[in-house]
Amino acid sequence: MADEILEEFMAELGELLSTLERDLISVDGGRDPSEVVAQTFRVFHTVKGTAGFLGFDRLRELSHAAEDLLDSIRDGEVAWTRPVTDTLLQVLDALRVIMETISRTGGDGAEAYAGLVGRLREAAASMGQESPVVEPPPSAPVPVAPAAAAAPPPPGPPPQAVFQPLRAAPKLVRPPAPGSSPPSQTPAVPPPTAAPSTAPAATPPLPSAARPEPGHAPDAGDGGSLRVPVAVLDRLMNLVGELVLARNQLLCHEAAREDTRLGETSQRIDHLTAGLQESVMKARMQPIDNAFTRLPRVCRDAAQATAKRVRLVTSGAETELDKTLLEAIRDPLVHLVRNAVDHGVERPEQRVAAGKPEEGTVAVSAFQDGGQVVVEVQDDGGGVNLEKVRQKAVSSGLVTAEEAARLSERDTLDLVFRPGFSTAETVTQISGRGVGMDVVRTNVERIGGSVEMVSRAGRGSVCRVRVPLTLVIVPALIVESGDERYAVPQANLSELVRVPPEREARLLAVVQGTSVLRLRGAILPLVDLGAELRTGAARRAADGSRSVVVLNAQGRQFGLLVDEVGDTEEIVVKPLGAQLQQLGVYSGATVRGDGRVALVLDVHGLARRAGVLEDAERPPAPADAADLATGLSRRSYLLLRGADDGRLAIPLGEVLRLEEVEPARIEPTGAGEAIQYRGRILPLVRLSSALVERRRAPRAPAGAPPQRVHVVVQAVGGRDVGLVVDSVLDVVEEAVMLDASRARPGVVGCAVIQGRITEVLDTAALLSAGMEAPREAALG
Amino acid sequence: MAEPIQICTFALEGSTFALPVAEIREVVRGLSVTPVPLAGGAVRGLVNLRGQIAMAVDLRRRFDLPARPSGQDEVNVVVDAGEGPVCLTVDDVGDVILVPADSIERPPETLRPGVRELVRGICKRDDGLVLLLDTSRAIAIGALRREPDSKP
Repeated sequence: MADEILEEFMAELGELLSTLERDLISVDGGRDPSEVVAQTFRVFHTVKGTAGFLGFDRLRELSHAAEDLLDSIRDGEVAWTRPVTDTLLQVLDALRVIMETISRTGGDGAEAYAGLVGRLREAAASMGQESPVVEPPPSAPVPVAPAAAAAPPPPGPPPQAVFQPLRAAPKLVRPPAPGSSPPSQTPAVPPPTAAPSTAPAATPPLPSAARPEPGHAPDAGDGGSLRVPVAVLDRLMNLVGELVLARNQLLCHEAAREDTRLGETSQRIDHLTAGLQESVMKARMQPIDNAFTRLPRVCRDAAQATAKRVRLVTSGAETELDKTLLEAIRDPLVHLVRNAVDHGVERPEQRVAAGKPEEGTVAVSAFQDGGQVVVEVQDDGGGVNLEKVRQKAVSSGLVTAEEAARLSERDTLDLVFRPGFSTAETVTQISGRGVGMDVVRTNVERIGGSVEMVSRAGRGSVCRVRVPLTLVIVPALIVESGDERYAVPQANLSELVRVPPEREARLLAVVQGTSVLRLRGAILPLVDLGAELRTGAARRAADGSRSVVVLNAQGRQFGLLVDEVGDTEEIVVKPLGAQLQQLGVYSGATVRGDGRVALVLDVHGLARRAGVLEDAERPPAPADAADLATGLSRRSYLLLRGADDGRLAIPLGEVLRLEEVEPARIEPTGAGEAIQYRGRILPLVRLSSALVERRRAPRAPAGAPPQRVHVVVQAVGGRDVGLVVDSVLDVVEEAVMLDASRARPGVVGCAVIQGRITEVLDTAALLSAGMEAPREAALG
Repeated sequence: MAEPIQICTFALEGSTFALPVAEIREVVRGLSVTPVPLAGGAVRGLVNLRGQIAMAVDLRRRFDLPARPSGQDEVNVVVDAGEGPVCLTVDDVGDVILVPADSIERPPETLRPGVRELVRGICKRDDGLVLLLDTSRAIAIGALRREPDSKP
C-alpha cells in the first residue's frame, strides 16, 4: 500500500516538477508572478505533506522552506525577482536528485541541502519582520485531516506528529505582530498595514482559504482520463501487432478461396483490426509538448552560462507522437537547443553590431509530415561558419585538407554530426566537448529517424529532426530481389520508377563508373540491391522493364534497383538480434501473410554501405538556404489541371502510390466505383465529383475520354482508397507558403507553385467524404 | 555425488553431440528459412516460430563441417537465448539420456580448435563419445569473423 502511494507520488511529482519549471521561467519572461505563485505554492505544499507522511524528512524540509518563501511572495511581503527564480529552480533540481535517491535507495539520502534551505528561509524572512501577517486560527489545520483519513495510519510516528510541522512552521518564520488579535479569534481580519492588495477584505483569512487541501491531486476532478501503466500499453500494442499479422494471413488465405461468406467475415475482421490498431496507437500517442517541458530551462541555463540573451519559442506542441519515440527524442532535443544557444546565437554586442535585436531567438517547432513528425530547432544566429567547420574537421583528422576543399555545403554541415567534432572556439561547460551532435544523430537514427542541418551565413541555422509517428506497425513497400522479399519503410520512400526497355538508355546511365538514374533533370545515384547484398545483380521483369525505388536518406535521394516492386502493406517490425542488427543494413524483420519472414531494409544503413551518402556530389535541393529564410520546408506535390485550366496540387507526403489505369478497368459497384488492384478491391473516388468546383458544375468530359487516368492511392481510416484524377501535369518539389484563408471543403488553401496560383487539396478529407456519400446512400 | 543431468543427443556429420534438455525449447522439422544476405558465417537466416522471429544457426557451418548434402534431412533444435529463441540446425535428433554430472570430462586437447571452443565437455558412453555443446558460445554469432570486405 505504502509502495503504491510512493509510486504514484513519484510519478506525479515528476510531472509536477516539469510544469513547475516552465511556469517559473515564464515569470522571467514577463508573466505576472501572482498567476504562478498559487500553483507553485500548491505543489510544494502537496510535496511537503506527502513527504512528511512517507517519512522523507529532507524532502519535507526543503519543500517546506520553498513553500514559506512562496507564502511570503503571495502575501506581498517579498517581491519575485530573478534570484527568486534561480533559488526555486535550484530547489527543483534538488527535488529531482532526492527523487532519484528515493527510487534508487528507498530513502531520501543524507544530503540536507542546508545551504539551499537557509537561502530560502532568508529570502522568505527578509521582510517578514516589517509586515507581519496574522496567523490563521488554529482551527484552520482541520482541512489537513482528510489526507490522514484517506491514507492508512502510518506505521511509524502518530499522524499528529507527522502533520504537526505543516501548521507550526509558518509561526517560526513569521511571528504574529505584537498588536494583532489573539490566534483564537475566528475571522481574523488582517490589520490594514499587513493586508496585501491582493486580499479582498471580504474574503476569510487568505492563507487558509487559498491553501488547498493536501492529498487532492490537481487532476483528481478529471473524470475523463485514466492513468495506465506503459507496460499495459506495450502489451496491447504487441497483441495488436500479432492481430495485424493474423489478419494479413487471413486475407492471404481468403484470396485463394471463392467463399463469399468467408470473404465478408474477413473483410469485417480487416476493418475491425484497422480500427483497433488505430485506437491502440492513439492511446500511445502523447503530445510532443512533453518533450518540450525541459527546453525553457535548458535555454535559460545555457544563455546564462554564455552571457547571452535568448528567448525560446515553441510551436506545434500539440503534435502527437508515440510515447517510445517521444522518450527517444527528449535528450536529442535538449542537446540541439543547448547547441543552438551555445553555438548558434551570437553575443549581444555582436548581434547589435549585425543589426539584430539584442535578444536571440531559438524556435522549436513540430509538425506532422506524412507518416513522420518533423521537429525543427532554429536559431537566428550567425549560421554555421563552413570554413571553420572544414578547418576543424581537418585538424581533428576527420578529413584531409584536400577532401575538405572539395566538400559541398551539405557535406560540410554533415561533418558536425561526426563523432569527435566540435567547433566551439572555447570549450564551455555546456557544450563543445566533441560529444553531442553525433550522439543526437545516433539516437535519432536508432528509432528510424534522421537529422540534418541547414545553415545560412548571418541568418541562422536549422536542425531538422524527422522521426516516424510510430515504431511498431509501419506501412512498408515490399520489393523483390534475388529470390527474397524485403520491406522498405514507406517513410523513406519518395517514388517508384518503372523503366521500360526502350527508355532504359535514357534513364539509367553509368557516369564515371557509377550507376545513376536520371529523374526529371536530376541525377541520382543508383544502387543495385542484389549487388549490394551480394545475392546477384537485379533482374528484369517479364516484359524487360526494370524497377527503381527512389528513396530518401538524410535528406538525400537515391535510386534502388530491385527485381520487382510489390504491394504496400502494414508490417509489424520485430527487432533483430544484436548480431544481425550490427550488419547495419536491416532495421528489423517481419512475418508476412504467407508466414515467411521478410527483412526490413535500413535505408540509411544501405545508403551508407553503398557509399551514396558520402559520394553524392550535388545536393538535390539547391534552394535550401532560400527556404530557410521563410522557415518553410520543401515538400513534393503532384500537380493537376483543374476546371478552367486552374491548377490543383496534392501533397505527396501522404500518398502511398500513384498508378496509371485504363478507364475501362474501373467497375461500378453497389457503393460507388472500384478497380481490382493487386488481388484486392480498391474503392475509388473521382476528384471531379468529390471536389465541388466553385465556378461551374462538375465539368463534363471534354471531347474524347482520356486514354489513361491516374489513381492516387492513399490510406484513409486504415484502408486504401484511390482518388481518380485525369490530368496530371507534373511532380514538383517546392517550399510553398500556404494561404489557408482560401480554404474550402477539400482544399486546405492556396499556394504559388511553379509561379501559378494553385489550390492545395486535402485528399484525406476528399476521400473520406467521397467514401461516406455512397455508403450512406447504400444504407438509406 | 552430483545430480545426474538430462541431455539430448543430436547428430552432425557422423559425430554425436548433446545439449542439456533444460536448454531446449522445442524441436521443429521443416521450417522455411529466409536467408540474411551479408550475415555470412553460420547464419542460415530467419525463421518464423509461430509469430516469433528466430535466427537459425547451422551447426555444421558453425563447426566448419562440410555442407549438408541437399535432400538430406535437417532438424531445428530451438534453444532460448537471452534475446529470444535461436534455432540450431542439426542433421538429426537422437535420444534423451541421463548422465552423472561427474562423468563429464574436459574436452581433450586433441579436438580441432574450431570445435573445442564450442564444446564444454565430453562424455564417454558405451556406443562412443558424446560432445556437450556450449550453447551460449555456439549462438554467439558476433564472435564469428566479420565479413572481410565489408565497408567500415
